[in-house]
Amino acid sequence: MPQTLKNTMTFSDEQSMLLDTATGFFRDKSTSADVRNLIDSARGYDDAVWQEMVALGWSGLAIPEDFGGSGLGLAAAVAIAEPMGRHLAASPFLSTQLFVQGVLAGGSDEQKGQYLPAVAEGSVGTVALFEEDGNWDLLSAQAQLKVAGDRFTLTGVKTFVTDAEVATHYLVAATLAGEPALAIIAESELPAAALSRETVIDETRRSYRLAIDAVDVAGTSVIRGDQARKALAAIRDAALLLISAESAGGIAGVLEVIVEYLNTRSAFGRKIGSYQGLKHPTVDILIGLERARSHVYHAASLLDAGEDAEAALRMAKAEASSSYAFAGDRAIQFHGGFGFTYECDAQLYLRRALWSQYAFGDAAHHRKHLAALLLD
Amino acid sequence: MDEFRAEVAAWLRENRPPEPDFLMPESFMEVGTDAQFNYLRDWQRRVFEAGYLGMTWPKEYGGGGQPQVMQDIVNIEMARQNVPFMPNTIGLNWAGPLILAIGTEAEKQKYIRGILSAEDIWCQGFSEPDNGSDLAAASTRAVRDGDEYVLNGSKIWTSLGTYAKYMILLARTNPDAASRYAGLSYFLAPMDVAGVEVQPIRKITGEYGFTQTFFRDARVPVDCLMGKEGEGWKIAMQTLTFERGASGGQAGGLSMVAVSAADVVELARSAMRDGRPAIEDPLIRDQLIGFLVEEQGDRLCGARARIPALCSERPGAIPMSGKLRGTEFRRRLCQFAISLQGANGARWVGDAHAYADGLWQRSYFNAFSATIGGGTSQVQANIVGERVLGLPKD
Ligand SMILES: Cc1cc2nc3c(=O)[nH]c(=O)nc-3n(C[C@H](O)[C@H](O)[C@H](O)COP(=O)(O)OP(=O)(O)OC[C@H]3O[C@@H](n4cnc5c(N)ncnc54)[C@H](O)[C@@H]3O)c2cc1C
Repeated sequence: MPQTLKNTMTFSDEQSMLLDTATGFFRDKSTSADVRNLIDSARGYDDAVWQEMVALGWSGLAIPEDFGGSGLGLAAAVAIAEPMGRHLAASPFLSTQLFVQGVLAGGSDEQKGQYLPAVAEGSVGTVALFEEDGNWDLLSAQAQLKVAGDRFTLTGVKTFVTDAEVATHYLVAATLAGEPALAIIAESELPAAALSRETVIDETRRSYRLAIDAVDVAGTSVIRGDQARKALAAIRDAALLLISAESAGGIAGVLEVIVEYLNTRSAFGRKIGSYQGLKHPTVDILIGLERARSHVYHAASLLDAGEDAEAALRMAKAEASSSYAFAGDRAIQFHGGFGFTYECDAQLYLRRALWSQYAFGDAAHHRKHLAALLLD
Repeated sequence: MDEFRAEVAAWLRENRPPEPDFLMPESFMEVGTDAQFNYLRDWQRRVFEAGYLGMTWPKEYGGGGQPQVMQDIVNIEMARQNVPFMPNTIGLNWAGPLILAIGTEAEKQKYIRGILSAEDIWCQGFSEPDNGSDLAAASTRAVRDGDEYVLNGSKIWTSLGTYAKYMILLARTNPDAASRYAGLSYFLAPMDVAGVEVQPIRKITGEYGFTQTFFRDARVPVDCLMGKEGEGWKIAMQTLTFERGASGGQAGGLSMVAVSAADVVELARSAMRDGRPAIEDPLIRDQLIGFLVEEQGDRLCGARARIPALCSERPGAIPMSGKLRGTEFRRRLCQFAISLQGANGARWVGDAHAYADGLWQRSYFNAFSATIGGGTSQVQANIVGERVLGLPKD
């Protein structure tokens, strides 16, 4: 086999403490009622909670100390993302981590110095990668960067730009002379009405379309060539890791909702959880959760050790996505008529599961890439 | 440790028995001929004499008195080199650890060494013709008569029944007890007494491997009773935690031939579908990767189970679901392996044109031994649902 798979699994005391803290934090700050209130808000998250996360050092936890962060690395972010997902907590944490990883992997020292300390202090960054064709390939952007003297102009339409309304900086994927490139755009450089909100299946998310025509970009704000490829690969890795972690948390969350209902509701004189038609698929959900978590923490361990994690990350995303979608789907069915209502929390998880499934490649997409990595 | 690993690796390479000229069984549940049995028993004895079995068991009973990591290294190296498995699995992996955990000094002295050396083969008499999954309904009788118990009834699906010297036996001593559980007792029963008869049963594959065991006024000494009368259910449940791998303390060694997704990937390179190697078919590639992701997920669960901070919410989830995950995976993987062979999927062992001599077909059939034996997958799912998730009983 072209690639042998390892079974590395490390989890430091520091990561363990972080996981404990974050688990308690989101349990308290993101109840079902909180989640539903935020759905109706414009921003989509509670800024006071986000500021607490910043104060705890979480926004800068993957930023090296030289640039104002705590230097714990991306793996530590899993310990935040997993409980966030479990409690469907909304915040610009994920968007910001992707921005950070892109700048860290592809940016120059000046660029890192310019953008990262602000992020560590709480300013929000995001990435603008996908376009209207729905293609997950990050290297084939249609948006164009064109040379204009020692500056550039950027033209194109990007979609699924999360948290764009609150972001101060955007990392925008484009093509420059046939090669992948990234432009770092500040909020102040965007023309009015460049952003429009998208209606997406997960109502806890805030997603925007970014349409720009010949926006001026300084030469120092462009990442190109190999650096751009590195940045895009790092963004993909971070996205696969953190969305998978969030999904693993989500499976645990929806499993709790299911188990609670199966122990409460009765039919034909018995608790419905005593029926194997419900009990056994619920065990399948548990098994999906255990496998997904194992894949996630393994991929994080490889990244922590600086090892190639592509196969591990794609496996994590494939497992977490399909297991979460299954869990969300069954959660609806197992609640009967109540499951069909907006009021039942099962829909929150199913919506999140589908959002996560279609972000950065669904299970089939990753299996296809894994086939090339592992079979050829 | 690296030195020890190298030593083990070298010993296994030099001492592994030559390939037999008969078809090997795939697990201890399928040892059906004298040739198979003798080959495997010799192998177990050699491994024991080399000091690579029961390494953690106390020295005074024949074990090695060493830490678990040493046995782990041996087990991993055995799996890596794909050496034959240990035939006395019931002794090594469940009767032995049980005796060490709760047995008397006399029982430890009497039984442990023979389990390790394969001198004394053990079998398990739990299931009966009318009572399988519902083990507590067991009706084989044990009636005390002076300093003997008199056994009557029948056990079935007794793996290694033909070769066993001892049986861990669940029998009813008191049919009028307050509960059906309280009427059961547990015996370490000799098989070589008058009134015990074993009758081989032909398996799904056409081979042999288990028996029906009849007790007709069979008399065993009272000291065969383990614990006290009425403690049979509790001891049987403890036995099952060893059997299902939910408790540690096993003697080590392999208990079956491993089948991995990598083997099926190799099959997909040579097997042809629609005139092309199966591995080029996009649908097959997708399914192969699905199996690899699942297998890797289970392997990583093993690694994660060793980190308590990553299992704190439900510590039982990984160990208690292990049998269900592993056995169902194997069954589906073998089923898939057959489907790679196109029309040739319909051939069987012995056909000149069968892929890999039809062994995938045989493996698929044999895979049911573990999805049924030791508690069916449906019963396992009940156990995980009720004990790990806290769902109501059926
Ligand atoms: C290869 C092999 C080796 C074996 N070796 C031994 C051995 O050495 N010693 C020994 O004692 N036994 C042995 N067994 C027996 C094994 O433990 C039993 O076959 C098993 O526990 C099932 O019991 P049963 O055969 O009576 O099936 P039944 O209990 O009759 O089950 C029939 C079907 O009903 C399902 N079912 C039963 N109860 C439930 C429930 N509550 N919920 C949902 N579904 C249910 C089962 O899953 C199964 O599909 C072996 C079996 C096999 C196949």
